[in-house]
Amino acid sequence: MKRSMLGLLAALLVSTAAPALANDSVKALQADSKQWAQQLGNYAGQRYSELNAINKDNVGKMQVAWTFSTGVLRGHEGSPLVIGGIMYVHTPFPNMVYALNLADEGKIMWRYVPEQNADVIGVMCCDTVYRGLAYADDTIYLHQADTKLVALDAKTGAEKWSVVNGDPSKGETNTATVTIVNDKVLVGISGGEYGVRGHLTAYNTKDGSLAWRAYSTGPDAEMLVDPENTMVLGKPIGKDSSLNSWEGDQWQIGGGTTWGWSTYDADLNLIYYGTGNPSTWNPSQRPGDNKWSMTIMARDADTGMAKWFYQKTPHDEWDFDGVNENILADIEIDGQMRKVLVNFDRNGFGYTLDRVTGELLVAEKFDPQVNWATHVEMDKTSDQYGRPQVVAEYSTAQNGEDTNTTGICPAALGSKDQQPAAFSPKTNLFYVPTNHVCMDYEPFRVSYAAGQPYVGATLSMFPAPNSHGGMGNFIAWDAAKGEIKWSLPEQFSVWSGALATAGDIVFYGTLEGYLKAVDSETGKELYKFKTPSGIIGNVFTYENAGKQYVGVLSGIGGWAGIGLAAGLTNPNDGLGAVGGYAALSDYTALGGQLTVFKLPE
Amino acid sequence: MKFTTPLLALLIAAAGAGPGRAEVDVAAASTDGVRHFNAEDIPTYVINEDGAVDWPTFSGFRRYHAECHVCHGPDGEGSTYAPALKNSAIKMDYYDFVGIVASGKQEVSSASNQVMPAFATNPNVMCYLDDIYTYLRARGTEAIPRGRPAKRMDKSDEYAAAEKACMEGS
Repeated sequence: MKRSMLGLLAALLVSTAAPALANDSVKALQADSKQWAQQLGNYAGQRYSELNAINKDNVGKMQVAWTFSTGVLRGHEGSPLVIGGIMYVHTPFPNMVYALNLADEGKIMWRYVPEQNADVIGVMCCDTVYRGLAYADDTIYLHQADTKLVALDAKTGAEKWSVVNGDPSKGETNTATVTIVNDKVLVGISGGEYGVRGHLTAYNTKDGSLAWRAYSTGPDAEMLVDPENTMVLGKPIGKDSSLNSWEGDQWQIGGGTTWGWSTYDADLNLIYYGTGNPSTWNPSQRPGDNKWSMTIMARDADTGMAKWFYQKTPHDEWDFDGVNENILADIEIDGQMRKVLVNFDRNGFGYTLDRVTGELLVAEKFDPQVNWATHVEMDKTSDQYGRPQVVAEYSTAQNGEDTNTTGICPAALGSKDQQPAAFSPKTNLFYVPTNHVCMDYEPFRVSYAAGQPYVGATLSMFPAPNSHGGMGNFIAWDAAKGEIKWSLPEQFSVWSGALATAGDIVFYGTLEGYLKAVDSETGKELYKFKTPSGIIGNVFTYENAGKQYVGVLSGIGGWAGIGLAAGLTNPNDGLGAVGGYAALSDYTALGGQLTVFKLPE
Repeated sequence: MKFTTPLLALLIAAAGAGPGRAEVDVAAASTDGVRHFNAEDIPTYVINEDGAVDWPTFSGFRRYHAECHVCHGPDGEGSTYAPALKNSAIKMDYYDFVGIVASGKQEVSSASNQVMPAFATNPNVMCYLDDIYTYLRARGTEAIPRGRPAKRMDKSDEYAAAEKACMEGS
């Protein structure tokens, strides 16, 4: 316990206040499965609940307990929180917050309505989504679309403090939740399609003052990287690792935004998150590996100093943002218990890394259709170690500007996007909502203008050819072996976060609007119910007055609502097939609603 | 198939059902070497006997899917929240269309959060605005199907010079 003693000592040195840290309250809450206190269920990001009153034998009888309209249309991502008998519900822009009293039939205790300049809507790539609130020490943390971070009194909704993290006039916006670790709020930023330079920023929970900021690109000091001690695949990162991987000062508008999820290992005091695509989407305009876009980052939670990096897609050519959640679990690999981090990347590879050192243990495709790379090199003696081996036919960089590269799998939205997966310690399996979509991609030259889209590629998407015709799968994954255990075909991409429970069931939502429950061992469908709008929210569960409830936000939108509303066509199928694929607009329409389920009395 | 032509004309007239707007004039009447124009000097598309679209309209397909697609969906078809521009380009006057792209548009109320940004300072949009317009007109009249145009004509020297001047220009 040497490390936690040191942490405690450091906390005492920097503050004369009581040594109780904000995350002590979060840790206590995550140990109590009656609460749903974090977007990802716990610091490890497992989205797993010990509640088992609703289980595989009775889930088929589940029915709607109550519903709540958020009053906002557009895409509803994330989930409400439940803490101490109060449910906190967020909305997309204008990012309202409702506190519902579960002891009084969900009566609204308070609401918070931010004032935001509506101009920010126009610079949000891909809808006005928001992936939810965070909680610690009687405080609700709201991170608005316009990048204002607000601390609210959880009992009254009164504003404690606020701070502004970015500038929407430069295309800097927010869609992500925040993570509270020790005495800091960790905050990311969106805007990779606007040439925003990504960073993770820590604000002090006490008053919102800036603690540190770690950029994804640029000089070592601004990235909080130690050339000798920050490790990459077992070797020191070296001096100027980012600067050397860009042409000139392109890193300044080079993306690497941080709009995904963060997870945290309290024993190691490390936080884990990913960085997004390099800007622009035209790879020929930014030669080099474009470090450290597309990277899993492990940092000291108190200082931000980088412990290790792993770049999944050097010199991205397909918009495979590396921001998806890094789920922490302890699993057996080759007969040894390992502290691992599991990441289902947009690029279609499921990675298992040692989360202490950043050593790469497993990298296998979690959709067999993935074709842009043959494999990730696992031979430690190879100069290609850890790099995906790109297939020339599908390389938009090798084919060059103004050439349409066809049949790339997955599409830019990735084999999986932000929708978080779940891990069950009972089955040791990961449950992953996936996309089963491929694309044609043609890069071309663009000019940078501040606050304007900086894309530089055109793309057409279509369902994975020679498969089941659907655009999604829901899979169970063995991260020790890198193998799919079972796979459920879905008509549309699965854009809803999964929930696994000790009741031997896994829940997820579909874009048509179904909440589904399946057997965690076999994938057998046990229950489905069609909610009022398509689901891109994450399923959550809690207990109130001795009863287990399961809930999910409906509200179609997000990238899925844009790409799939009118249905996809496959330009390679020829004219006859046009219109042959399902259109989301035939199944669902806008609407923001919470649906809560329970077992019958 | 003798009903095809009048039926199509009827559909187009219905799509553009503003007062005094009988049908959509997409017939090319003149060219400046860069692109084609109808009788009222409004940019328009041409499709030759091989089914190839003119370069500017093809360019419009590419630029639409880089700049507009992330809200308005693929092929001008619209998304869950943003309108189908293949219809807007038919219903809306050309100068209104240009004005909205340049200045943006807001409909923000308790029921609506619709905001389109102003693109006036974005060369990737403004240099290709007429391209995007003729592409959307071609989609709106169903002159070209969804997806990437299968055949295109080559870029003219005049187009290349105009593009260079606009993108690098004054």
